[in-house]
Amino acid sequence: MGTPDRATILPALAAILAGAGATLALLLAETQWHVAVVALAGVAALLIGGRAGFGDAIHRSVASHQRVTSATAWLAGAVVVFLLREHNFELLMLCTVMLYVLAGLGLTVQFGFAGVVNFAAAAFMGVGAYTAAVLMTSTGLPHLVVVLAAGVVTALIGSVLLLPLLRTRGHYAALITIAFGILFRTFLEVNDTLGGPQGLKVPGLQIFGYAFNEAIEFDDETEWSFYTAYAGVFIVVLGLAYTLVRRVERSWMGLALDAVRLDETAASAFGLNGAAWKIAAFSFGNFLAGIAGALYAILTAFIAPASFTFGDSLLLLSIVILGGLGNPLGLLPAALVVVVLPEKLQVIQEYRFLLFAALVILILLLRPGGLMPRRAREYFPGRSS
Amino acid sequence: MTHLLEVSGLSVRFGGVRALDGLDLHLDEGETLGLIGPNGSGKTTSFNTITGFVLPAGGTVRFAGEDITAQPPRHVARRGIARTFQRLRLLTELSVFDNLMVGQHLTLDHGIWANLLGRSRLRGAIARQTDEMRTLLRHFSPTLPDRLHEPVSALTMIDRRRVEVCRALARSPRLLLLDEPSAGMTPDETAELMRDLQNVKAARPSLAVILIEHDMAVIERVSARCVVLDYGRKIADGSYAEVTRDPAVRRAYLGEEADA
Repeated sequence: MGTPDRATILPALAAILAGAGATLALLLAETQWHVAVVALAGVAALLIGGRAGFGDAIHRSVASHQRVTSATAWLAGAVVVFLLREHNFELLMLCTVMLYVLAGLGLTVQFGFAGVVNFAAAAFMGVGAYTAAVLMTSTGLPHLVVVLAAGVVTALIGSVLLLPLLRTRGHYAALITIAFGILFRTFLEVNDTLGGPQGLKVPGLQIFGYAFNEAIEFDDETEWSFYTAYAGVFIVVLGLAYTLVRRVERSWMGLALDAVRLDETAASAFGLNGAAWKIAAFSFGNFLAGIAGALYAILTAFIAPASFTFGDSLLLLSIVILGGLGNPLGLLPAALVVVVLPEKLQVIQEYRFLLFAALVILILLLRPGGLMPRRAREYFPGRSS
Repeated sequence: MTHLLEVSGLSVRFGGVRALDGLDLHLDEGETLGLIGPNGSGKTTSFNTITGFVLPAGGTVRFAGEDITAQPPRHVARRGIARTFQRLRLLTELSVFDNLMVGQHLTLDHGIWANLLGRSRLRGAIARQTDEMRTLLRHFSPTLPDRLHEPVSALTMIDRRRVEVCRALARSPRLLLLDEPSAGMTPDETAELMRDLQNVKAARPSLAVILIEHDMAVIERVSARCVVLDYGRKIADGSYAEVTRDPAVRRAYLGEEADA
């Protein structure tokens, strides 16, 4: 293969701009008409754009200008947060979307790469959330350490859960995760040290002495929402996690996970240890889910068993499938649709779930691979190999 | 002097069926052995048992002097035994390169540093593997090296068969088990594949090969020695000429009229 043609950077920049614009428009839309128009326009753009080959053009463009596009994407995220600095509720929604994407990255590694279905993603977020709550209230550990510890504890619990399943095949892992998700909630509800059904209060984040729960005041006139600082931190965490997941995909690790998912028997004939790779993927995914849960606890300042239900796990799974199973980039539009849309359509009450469900089914009918289907692996995109 | 592969008294039962019934088999370094027999005679089962996919009811498998009986497939692979599958088991949605790299799994560095952090070693490894795999594919087809990054699903049947054989050859195994590589191919395509395979063998003189085949013409062309199975038992072992003269083989293969 010769040197690939260097594509122009314009499609990549246009895509980032469109993505940031659509996110802002959806978050700021006031009436349900605006919401419906923005959501439908966004989804239509993804569907039609995919058919018309814009996706390929954008992909080539991004591949040829990796550094510039990733810098622009970080910048675009910062600009979106800045523009929302005085919109408390919209920022909270954006933060929630980012945490769902973070947990979705974990599910992408588990389900999309390794093929291990996890019906307890919300429960694993809950493990991280409760770990963080307990550590923050009863120890003096720095909060960054607490968040990482929440991820590690969640990963460990997840792998212990999977260990007995190593000798089984088929759907046992799925059943175990369903059981865990349901048991987890019951366990919390009867456990008084963890607050029972009333839940726990969680203190605000402090990093290097900076308290995140205080509004950011410049003078008497201007005051930024305290969620601005959270959103900033979440962008950094999400960016790091995204990079890590992408690198897993674009490496021998990603190939081994694909081989285990697609044909574990054939893979074992070449020395692959399917069980070890599944455990590794499951643990890494739960590590990300645990971190997302810990950040969620800190963001909302309060957690209860009802925040981490089986239904929430299904919601997370639907984000991963709607976005395009195995494509971490698809998580963002999918999480926006799944998290923001029902919230914005509250005026039409119960019907919003009907509408939302119809939309999801419609998208998957038109595009079975999801909004942004996974692409073939390129270990180093944009380079000749 | 011990043989590279020594199978003795190997028995496999599926319920009441004796798929293998006390099979004895041996193979030396660099040797090519044709494993023949009618459908259901235990050829594939013997491969599956040697490679650890099927557990034997009795008997032993020794490879390079060590007992590998009933070891899991990945441990068998580690010792240098590679195989193909009769019904191709390529990962069709992945590229040719990725499929070959599955064959190379045990030689690749799966560490966190090389894959996630530094990445310059990964880049070097990919460049090296790309060259190596192009050279390997070139033995089998002049056009395949240029299709290294296409998905396997875009290839023709014969090209897929070639990729499956190359995947097994990728890590330079000591023993290659080919499970009916001519299945689904025309006689010309089979002849071509066998000629290419012999070229590879010429370049790797110590490579031992067991070839399952029920087309006797293919066996005649490549094997110095044949083992014939029928109902899970070995009924003949010798050169192609000896085996084809054997009355038991003729009966098993050609039916009762061979006696007449």
